[in-house]
Amino acid sequence: MYRIFDIKRYSINDGPGIRITFFFKGCPLSCLWCHNPEGISRTQTRMYTPSKCILCGACVHFCPSGALFMPRRGASGAIRCDASKCTLCGKCAEACPTKAVEMAARTYTAEQIYTEIAKERPFFESSGGGVTFSGGEPLYQGDSIITLLDYIGEAAQKDGYTLHRTLDTTLFAPEALVRGTLGRCELYLVDLKHMDSAVHRRCCGVPNEPILNNLRVLAEAGADYIVRIPYIIGINATGDNVTATAAFLASLPRLPRYVELLPYHDIGKSKHSRMGTVYNPDGVSMSAPSEEDLQAAVEIFKKYGVPSRF
Amino acid sequence: MTERVNMLREQSVNAEPSLTIERALIETEFYRKNEGKYSIPVLRAKNFYNLCAKKRIYIGDNELIVGERGPKPKAVPTFPELNCHSVEDFKVLRSREIQHYTISDRDIEKYKKEVIPFWKGRTQRDRIFNHVPESWKSLYEAGVFTEFMEQRAPGHTALDGKMYRMGMKDFKAKIDEQLSKLDFLNDPEATDKQEELRAMSISCDALILFGRRHADEARKQIARIEKALAGGPAFKATPFQGETQEDAYRRRIKELQDIIEVCTWVPENAPRTFREAVQMYWFCHLGTILELNGWDAMNPGHFDQHLAPFYERETAAGTLTREQAKEFISCFWIKVNNHPAPPKVGITAKESGTYNDFTNINIGGVKRDGTSGESEVSYILLEVLGELHILQPGCSVHVSEKTSDDLVKAACKVIRLGYGYPSLFNPDTYVRELVRQGKSLEDAREGGCSGCIEVGAFGKEAYLLTGYLNVPKLLELALNNGIDPVTGRQISIATGDAREFRTFEDLYAAFLKQLEYVVLEKIKVNNYIDRMFAEYAPATFLSVLIDDCIAKGKDYYNCGPRYNTNYIQCTGLGTVTDAMSSIKKHVFEEGRYTMDRMLEMLKADFKGHEFDRQWIINHTSFFGNDDEYADSIAVRVYNDLFKAIEGRPNIKGSCYHMNMLSTTCHIYFGKVLGASADGRHAFLPISDGTSPSHGADTHGPTAVVKSLGKLDQSLSGGTLLNQRLIPQILKKEDDLTKLGQLIRAYFGLGGHHIQFNIVDTATLRDAQKHPEQYRDLMVRVAGYSDYFNDLCADYQEEIIARTENASF
Repeated sequence: MYRIFDIKRYSINDGPGIRITFFFKGCPLSCLWCHNPEGISRTQTRMYTPSKCILCGACVHFCPSGALFMPRRGASGAIRCDASKCTLCGKCAEACPTKAVEMAARTYTAEQIYTEIAKERPFFESSGGGVTFSGGEPLYQGDSIITLLDYIGEAAQKDGYTLHRTLDTTLFAPEALVRGTLGRCELYLVDLKHMDSAVHRRCCGVPNEPILNNLRVLAEAGADYIVRIPYIIGINATGDNVTATAAFLASLPRLPRYVELLPYHDIGKSKHSRMGTVYNPDGVSMSAPSEEDLQAAVEIFKKYGVPSRF
Repeated sequence: MTERVNMLREQSVNAEPSLTIERALIETEFYRKNEGKYSIPVLRAKNFYNLCAKKRIYIGDNELIVGERGPKPKAVPTFPELNCHSVEDFKVLRSREIQHYTISDRDIEKYKKEVIPFWKGRTQRDRIFNHVPESWKSLYEAGVFTEFMEQRAPGHTALDGKMYRMGMKDFKAKIDEQLSKLDFLNDPEATDKQEELRAMSISCDALILFGRRHADEARKQIARIEKALAGGPAFKATPFQGETQEDAYRRRIKELQDIIEVCTWVPENAPRTFREAVQMYWFCHLGTILELNGWDAMNPGHFDQHLAPFYERETAAGTLTREQAKEFISCFWIKVNNHPAPPKVGITAKESGTYNDFTNINIGGVKRDGTSGESEVSYILLEVLGELHILQPGCSVHVSEKTSDDLVKAACKVIRLGYGYPSLFNPDTYVRELVRQGKSLEDAREGGCSGCIEVGAFGKEAYLLTGYLNVPKLLELALNNGIDPVTGRQISIATGDAREFRTFEDLYAAFLKQLEYVVLEKIKVNNYIDRMFAEYAPATFLSVLIDDCIAKGKDYYNCGPRYNTNYIQCTGLGTVTDAMSSIKKHVFEEGRYTMDRMLEMLKADFKGHEFDRQWIINHTSFFGNDDEYADSIAVRVYNDLFKAIEGRPNIKGSCYHMNMLSTTCHIYFGKVLGASADGRHAFLPISDGTSPSHGADTHGPTAVVKSLGKLDQSLSGGTLLNQRLIPQILKKEDDLTKLGQLIRAYFGLGGHHIQFNIVDTATLRDAQKHPEQYRDLMVRVAGYSDYFNDLCADYQEEIIARTENASF
């Protein structure tokens, strides 16, 4: 069984063609700027969207732990949740008529995942698209990802077509697991946040050595990969870091298809407020790069012979 | 855009639509003097000739392509022989908040004195409404269906390539030949045919005269310019940058000389040059819309295919540059924009508010031999479409398997501009539709869409839209035993008390009975209306242009065309599917609500039942999500609409077909429909075309087109799919390619049509106010896309700000 927190169809920014992207719940990283914070926890996450809520009280009534409260009379607003009492049982979501409350994770079997993929086949055929496993971190659900990649690949073959499989990963995973995916997916989208392991640990919660090591594993195996960098003023948008990144990539036996710089945005805020948590609680300064900043980075990559774009 | 085009465009955009009584005055005077003297076809033809002889001729400042239906741009005539505007109509039309048409008190007074008294009781509309049975009226007034022909003449047609090979002179020769073949000894219709053919011949003369009068007007203008040059009164010939007034005068004289040459040659003779071809079409277009106010104005059909031989010949010979060709096309484009829709009469004068008269130019597609119809002209047309950014003409790109990716991408580039056009059509599907209806393969390939999404064989078919059918209203009647819950009146047959239905099948059977009854009521009256037009309002000029009217000696309205189709346009497939899905699940399968409870909630418009309304909205399978539960209901309803309509005789030797167009009628139909079981509040719009209900599709565009792909679209004469995207999703070059691939995939699934709205700020603001209606609104956030409603308020604001900056 796989824990999925979202499925996006007509996904056009996660690999070639028109794709279907599955977001796997659970991530070993916890980046400050994460735009899918509901994907970080491995277990269930309760999401609440006040703008959809009609304050009917059904969730409060059905909550077995007494964790939910109606807004005080006269006070405008929303249902409150006492996170310390909430057991994430999901009864509130079942009772909610408007889906203002939803539990982020749903479990799928490999077969169910393939059923969803197969629905999109006409678009794969017109566009050269396929499936992307993203997250969270798709490599955070253990060996089962390998079984899944095999399963969907074979199922597609049985149906008479070749499925293009992409892994959108941080590569923060055991080397053996990464090796296990080789030959089982056609493209990797690798997130690379920072070359300095200490900064990496501070911003993402983990060191970067396993990531860099696994990148080398991919390159040595001749895998097709794209490196994506969330480009953030205040974190990694410095000449030093870009130079270090470019030098590192240039040192690999196989270059990425290209490096894509993703300008910072704070969309994660919206998700945090639905989760009842706080975005960037320590108020680390982060902002979006200008077009010139991005262009400057592209120039550095060029110097090292690494193709890049934004 | 050249300076000239820019100037003409500005003038057109700024011109205020007005009503002209010129046509009505000329026509009324003619009828007073001549009615009864001639057979009806000859009377109509002479009336047309008289209009061409007497109407004011307009050649505007710096124009190259000339001709207006009224005395000036955007002046729309009335057609009192079809329906006569009242004084009140004019007052509403000039004062209403939505699109208004100016008219002076003096003109209204004149109309009241000279036009209204003559036509009282003898218009086509009077003839129709004097005849219709009460049973029809009850359904019509309740908004179960609409009737197209009570306001405008049947039209919905497009022209083929013959006018580029034959002038009016040649058509006359063909008519003479038919006249000489008439068999007065054996053919009981010989005299009727003779009258019709004579009338067609007179109509050809009328258009030749109309063209010549433009040459005369150009001569007069030259004389005035020469006087101005000699120190006489000034004449309006606006100088271009760097020109003195004198330069402008001298340039304009040359241009007017060209106009004289062109208008002396066409429409009498077949065009020799690209420019003459454009002018030829425009004269023919004007002829048809001056003769009658046929629906959807007129359409040039595959304009790029018709113009390509001229373009290729002349650019090869060096007598025409791409820029010149583009300027002629632009001038033509602006001419179409100068012709707003003729405003309606009666109660709809207030409600029906659009200036658009639905001329639709087809780009690409296939040729008669099945090869791709695209050429350099296709790209020029798309460039003009994107650059001019005006309301009319509408434009569609026809994407067959043969069509190049380059053309699809060029189309997507214009779509990205966010003006809502071009729409996209799939010839591979509509050729199958047309062949299924009995057209030859070649005629079908030459076909395409006119107006909105309805298809026909260009230049060879009368395919009349007869009116919209309010399909969700039929379900409402089935739920209420034939009583309209909005008025409490019994307007249809009793099909049983819904509280006693045991299964969903019982309800569905009642729905089918309502459908059958209503379709037959509609057709009975439509057949009568068809006869009224054949007898009293033959379109003798249009008949010249449509095969085989001349060969048969019969009018366009009287079985003259090679193919004669009547369409009934079914509206609200999404709403009726969702309502049925809801009742099936919540009443008959899960028993969450009894039928009594459901009817009570509908009657109360869900007042006091918001919890349950929300439950229904969020816990029902709706059409457009690639979900078999709802999609199978949609397929079933669609197939049954087809069975109820297809093949019903139309007394022209042919039959009715199903169409799935809604235009804006889904708004009107919503206004007469109580709450529906899918959670839709009373009087809100129903779903449009074959699109999912607004906000019901929550799984993105691939799921929508998969759902639509389950309908066998070749059974219809057109389906319609609206998709909304926001500009952020089309920012990169690669995004355009992917949009093209989405379109190709839909067409591979048998889709007939798709169009994209790239939404503006106003819509996004509305989406904030009514999020439930915009659940499908997708926004490109940064490196990925998300649903607008799932973003927090701050971010929505940011997206709105970005959208406003997104000018391309």
